Amino acid sequence: MSSKVMTLTQAVGEFVRDGDTVVIEGFTHLICFAAGHEIIRQKKRDLVACRLTPDLIYDQMVAAGCVRKLVFSWAGNPGVGSLFGLRRAVEESIPRKVEIEEYSHFGMVARFMAGASHLPFMHLKTFEGSDLPRKNKNIKFIRCPYTGKRYATVPALNPDVAIIHVQRADEEGNAQIWGLMGVQREAAFASKKVVIVAEELVPGEVVRADPNRTLIPGLIVDAVVIEPFAAHPSYALGYYDRDNDFYVEWAKISKDKAGLDRYLAEWVYGVPGRREYREKLGTEYLKKLEADNRPSGSVNYGF
Amino acid sequence: MENYTPSEMMVVRAARELKNGEVVFVGIGLPNVACNLARRLQAPELVLIYESGAVGCVPDRLPLSIGDPCLATDSISVCSMVEVFNYYLQGGLIDVGFLGGAQVDRFGNINSTVIGDYDRPKVRLPGSGGACEIAIHAKKIIMVLKQSPKSFPEKIDFVTSPGFIDEANSRSRFEFPGKGPSLIITDFGVYGFTKNTHEMILQEVYPGVAVRDVKANIGWDVKVSRRPKTTVPPTDEELRIIRQDLDPARIHLR
Repeated sequence: MSSKVMTLTQAVGEFVRDGDTVVIEGFTHLICFAAGHEIIRQKKRDLVACRLTPDLIYDQMVAAGCVRKLVFSWAGNPGVGSLFGLRRAVEESIPRKVEIEEYSHFGMVARFMAGASHLPFMHLKTFEGSDLPRKNKNIKFIRCPYTGKRYATVPALNPDVAIIHVQRADEEGNAQIWGLMGVQREAAFASKKVVIVAEELVPGEVVRADPNRTLIPGLIVDAVVIEPFAAHPSYALGYYDRDNDFYVEWAKISKDKAGLDRYLAEWVYGVPGRREYREKLGTEYLKKLEADNRPSGSVNYGF
Repeated sequence: MENYTPSEMMVVRAARELKNGEVVFVGIGLPNVACNLARRLQAPELVLIYESGAVGCVPDRLPLSIGDPCLATDSISVCSMVEVFNYYLQGGLIDVGFLGGAQVDRFGNINSTVIGDYDRPKVRLPGSGGACEIAIHAKKIIMVLKQSPKSFPEKIDFVTSPGFIDEANSRSRFEFPGKGPSLIITDFGVYGFTKNTHEMILQEVYPGVAVRDVKANIGWDVKVSRRPKTTVPPTDEELRIIRQDLDPARIHLR
């Protein structure tokens, strides 16, 4: 099979189109900030941005005017507080009105499960007694054909493109993740196109030596981008730590529109790509976040 | 030791509620500190599960978020969120769920979605996250939040996560697996719920807090048990663990 390796600029240029439904998943771990920045730089517009926990990178994409609609289940700065860019959009339509479609985490998980399974919907036990179904008509209720019990249903979510950050991948896009996995596998299988962004390119033999760790097979992958540190200020277990100070700092940076715009001007529009972003942070800064060495024991795959 | 903050009292009181071996679904903020405090004291075998998919966590620093790397390292299992919500939570494995929110009403219904009208929000809050299903599935719910007439109004602006729903306990109509709210821990004291009307009743006040202070800081004429207990203040040991080990930078316990 031929190599799918390309640059992030190429991958975003080719696979993210204006008006697309896009998911950059990652539950705290492995959030591809680099891809979000590239989307902002390429001035993509009218995106339907999906994700359980739109955090700082979606805050930036919303503030940059890339997003028409947000589909989510928890929109905040984890452990810190509000997303001010998003709040300005929802409360005051700055820089533009952003429509919201809101679920709970379980609801979003079930939407991706249905999408990945190519079923029209998924049933689950939640939402009753909550006001969420009143505000989101996509949440419906059915009776189980076997027991007669009531369940909520959510429709399948099948984004146009998923961008998934991983620790390592081979050039065909066989992608391995360890540590927190979120719903990356489901988001990838549910999406029409899949872009893998990896910390490290490894030979196919490395993947085959440990196949249980392959969360996403090359079979469904359209592009592979190798971009170290692409998840900062999020993290990649075994590579670098979460930059918690930046998450705390973001509250101050983004509190008013001018501050957030200044950040975008300096750290997004002001750098052509992730390499320059890394250089701008500086080796000393990156060194502080470097992961400790905690290798796992190996297992015997012999037969 | 007399010098402690209301937040420290809340964390300590919440931590004491946890029994060794229980399986707890941990949220961010104060519950996170409480669970990790309990694990260092009476409940070393407390099983901490975070919605990020980390199971049996033994974080060696206080996680700022529920997806912190220290939750995966040395945990018993890391699973996908499909598994944590379907197999663990819907599967009935969670003994205690911790919830917070911006507003709670007398029946323990929680709003973490919006202040004001949903379509024209005064303040847009983060939303449910996993709270709605935790409220439905966890065997027991403990809430931890600061008390004011604003955070405990007569009527909340939006029900994100159901408690008992209303006086008639409409909760029972939905056949939820979880029993619903059991305790609310605020910065004034601790509430339980009445058996017949399913509403909050003040059971404990913190040292130095008078019942009238509590009543002045809640949005309705709240029920008070006949003889409210006074909560045992934080011990030196509890405060030491919080201040030295769990939150030395005082990110959670401002």
